[in-house]
Amino acid sequence: MNAVTLAAGTWTRRHLLDVDELSRSELEATLDLAGDLRERRATGELGELERRLVGHTIGLAFYEASTRTRVSFELAARELGATVVDLSVTGSSVAKGESLVDTMLTLERTGVRTVVLRQAGAGAPYLVARSTRLRVLNAGDGAHAHPTQALLDALTLRDAMSGTLDGRTIAIVGDVAHSRVARSDLHALTRLGARVVLGGPPAWVAGFQHWPGVSVASSLRDALRGADAVMTLRVQLERAAGGGIASLREYTRSWGLDEERMSWARAGAPLLHPGPTNEGIELTAELAASERSLIGRQVTNGVAVRMAVLSLLAS
Amino acid sequence: MTARFGVLTDGRASFLLTGVRVVDPATGSDAVRDLAVLDGRIAEHGDLPSDIRRLDGDGLVVAPGFCDMHTHLREPGMEGAETVASGARAAAHGGFTTICAMPNTDPALDEVARVVWVASRGHDTSARVRVVAAATQGRAGEALTDFGELAAGGAVAFSDDGVALPTARLARSALQAIGPLGLPLIEHPEDPTLAGATLMRAGPVATRLGLAGWPPSAELVLVERDIALAEETGGRLHLTHLSTAAALDAVRRAKDRGVRVTCDVTPHHLAMNDAWVAGDRSFNWDEPRAAQSDPFGDALDPLRAFDGTCRVNPPLPSREDGLALLGGVADGTIDAIATDHAPHPPERTLVEFPDAAPGMIGLETALSLGLAAVDAGCLSLPALLAAVSSRPAALIGEERGLRPGADADLVVFDPAGRWRIERDTLASRSTNTPLLGMTLPGVVRLTVAGGRVTFDEGMGLLV
Repeated sequence: MNAVTLAAGTWTRRHLLDVDELSRSELEATLDLAGDLRERRATGELGELERRLVGHTIGLAFYEASTRTRVSFELAARELGATVVDLSVTGSSVAKGESLVDTMLTLERTGVRTVVLRQAGAGAPYLVARSTRLRVLNAGDGAHAHPTQALLDALTLRDAMSGTLDGRTIAIVGDVAHSRVARSDLHALTRLGARVVLGGPPAWVAGFQHWPGVSVASSLRDALRGADAVMTLRVQLERAAGGGIASLREYTRSWGLDEERMSWARAGAPLLHPGPTNEGIELTAELAASERSLIGRQVTNGVAVRMAVLSLLAS
Repeated sequence: MTARFGVLTDGRASFLLTGVRVVDPATGSDAVRDLAVLDGRIAEHGDLPSDIRRLDGDGLVVAPGFCDMHTHLREPGMEGAETVASGARAAAHGGFTTICAMPNTDPALDEVARVVWVASRGHDTSARVRVVAAATQGRAGEALTDFGELAAGGAVAFSDDGVALPTARLARSALQAIGPLGLPLIEHPEDPTLAGATLMRAGPVATRLGLAGWPPSAELVLVERDIALAEETGGRLHLTHLSTAAALDAVRRAKDRGVRVTCDVTPHHLAMNDAWVAGDRSFNWDEPRAAQSDPFGDALDPLRAFDGTCRVNPPLPSREDGLALLGGVADGTIDAIATDHAPHPPERTLVEFPDAAPGMIGLETALSLGLAAVDAGCLSLPALLAAVSSRPAALIGEERGLRPGADADLVVFDPAGRWRIERDTLASRSTNTPLLGMTLPGVVRLTVAGGRVTFDEGMGLLV
C-alpha cells in the first residue's frame, strides 16, 4: 500500500473498540498499511502525507500500568505529527474520585479529539464512546479486548506465514479466561482464516469451546500438535494465587514452554508472547531468546499497527 | 408526566366503568361487563345513583390492584434515588396498590420504630406501604431480629435481601423462630462464595465479554439448603427473584412434597437475558437473532454494550432459563411476579459495568413486560394478573378481588396502548432501566387503592 491509498482511507468508523468491528478486508487493509508504515519508518521514508495528525491532540488515559502499549501509542502518535497529552492518572482528578465519564468530558473540553484508553473495567471504552464526543481507541479493557495487540499479533503471524493465515492453526496457551489479548486475537485470527487451539488449566479455558473456529485441548501436547505458530500468555502472578491453578510450579510443569516442547508443534513454528514475559514460568528464557521467538518483532510491529490505526481513525 | 396522582387520604371514589373486560383471578372470572364503584366500594348495579360518573371502559381491562412483594424505596438513607412518596407514585403509575418496602436501607429496618416510621411515611402517599423487616440486626447476618415484636409493629415478612442468611444454622434458627408467626422468611438465594466477584450470568456471552460468570449453582445451592431447612422446621420460606430453571425445578419438587415454600420472579428475569449485557435488546420470547445463536459473531453495539443498567443480582438469565421461568408463572409454580424495583442515581449506573450498582427499576414497567409476554403467547392474561395481584397479596395477608361490598382496589389499563419509557414518562425518582427509549404495550389508565384514586391517566376522575 502506498501513501495515496492511505490518504483515501479505508475506514469510516469513529472508534476502535475491538477488532470484532473490522471486516476481513478492513483487517487486511490495516495490516497492509501497518506493514508499509513499518518499512518506511525503518528506512526514514515517512513523508508529509503520513504526518496527517498534525494539529490533532491525542490523550493517553492509562488507568492501568503499561509500558509497551503506552510508549508504542505515544511514538505512533508523534510519528504522525500529533500532540500527545499523557493523562497522569495518579495525582489527577481521577485519584480524587472523579468518574471516568466526567474525566473524559473534561478531556474533550480541553480540545482533545481522540483518547487512547486503558481501563480495568471491561466495556469502559464503550461507555466513553457513547457518553462523549471523543474518538475512542481501546488500549485494553479488563479481560475483554485489546484490539491493537490483536492487530500486531496478526501482522507478526502473517509475516511469519508468507502472507496469509488462511488454513493455519495457531495455538494459544495460558490464562485465556482472564486475557483481553486472547479474546481479541480470537476475533482477529479466526476472521483472517486461521483455526485456533487453546490450551491451559481447565478453569482458564472453560467456555471457549463454544467460540466459532476455536477448539480447546486438554494437554499441552494436544494443543501444540499441528500448530503453525504458538502464543503463550502472561501468567498474572497475582491471579495465580487466587485460583484456577494449584501452583505456579504446577502450571509450568503442565503448560510451560521450552525448546523441547516446541517440537510438538510443526517444525520451525514461531513463538509469540504479548509481554512482559515471566521467564521460567510460562516459557524458558532460552526459548524467549531463541530464533523461534517473535517477541521483539511484536513490539516493533506494535508501533506500526498503532500508526496505521491512528491514521485510519483520523481519515 | 401529564397524568395525575392521588393519595390514600383523598376522598372515596364513585364511578361506573362500562363495557370493560373484568379479569378477577380471585374468582377466575373474565368477562366484559360494567363495574361500579360507589363511595370507594365495589357496588351492585341496582344501588347506583343516576348521576354517577360514567367512564367508557371499551377496550380496557380492569383487574385487582397489583401487589409488589419486593420494592426498594431507599428511605431512609438514599433519598436521592427514591423516597417512599416517589416510589409510591411509581407504584400507582404501574398499577400497584401495595408495595413491600425492603429493609436494606441505611439504617436497616431492624427495629420496630423504623418499621413503623417507614409505614407511616406511606400513609398519605399513592400506595399502601407494607414493610419487610430485616431478619438479622443491621443485616449483619449474626443475630436474628425480634420477629414477634417486629410483626406486632406491622412487618409482613423478614429478609436480609441483598444476601441470604450466611449460614445454614442461622437460616434454620430463623425458620424455626418464624414458624408460630405464620409470616415468610424471604431469602435472596445466592451463595456468596460462588457468586462473589461475578458480574453476569456464566455462558457464551460472558465468555465473549470477559466478564466473570455467575454459575447457576450459586442459586441452586442456597435454594436446596433453605428448602431442606424449611422442610425440617415447618417455617414459611419465600425464595425471591429466582433466575434459573434448576432452582425452579427444586421449588417445584419441594412444593410437590408439601414443603411450605413459595417463590417469585422479577419481570426482567422473565423478559431479558444475558445477551442484553452485550447490547442485544430482544426479549426471551422473541425469535432468537443471529446475535444470540452466535454471540461471538457480530460486533458489539457501542451505544448499548456493557450498559450498567443491565447489571442485576441475580444476573439476567440465559434465554432458556428465562423461558423456563415464564413457564413457571404460566403453570403456577412461581407464586408471584415481584419487581425488585431498585432505584439508583445516574452516578451509580452510568459507570463502568463492573462498578455499576446492581438492580433496575421495575414498578412502572412490570405490567408492560408481562403484557408483552402475553402478546407473545407465553402467558395467559389471567395467569399474569394473578401473579401480580391476588397471589402475592395472599402471601402477605392481603385480600384482592372485585367482589361487591369490598373496598375498590383495582387497576384499569389499556392492553393495546403503547408507551415509550423515558425520563419524562416515569414517576420514579430514578431512571435506571435498559428499557429507556423502548416502546412497550400496556398503558395504565386508572389505579384505585382502598377506594381512593391514586393514579389517573385521562379518565377524568382527578382534575
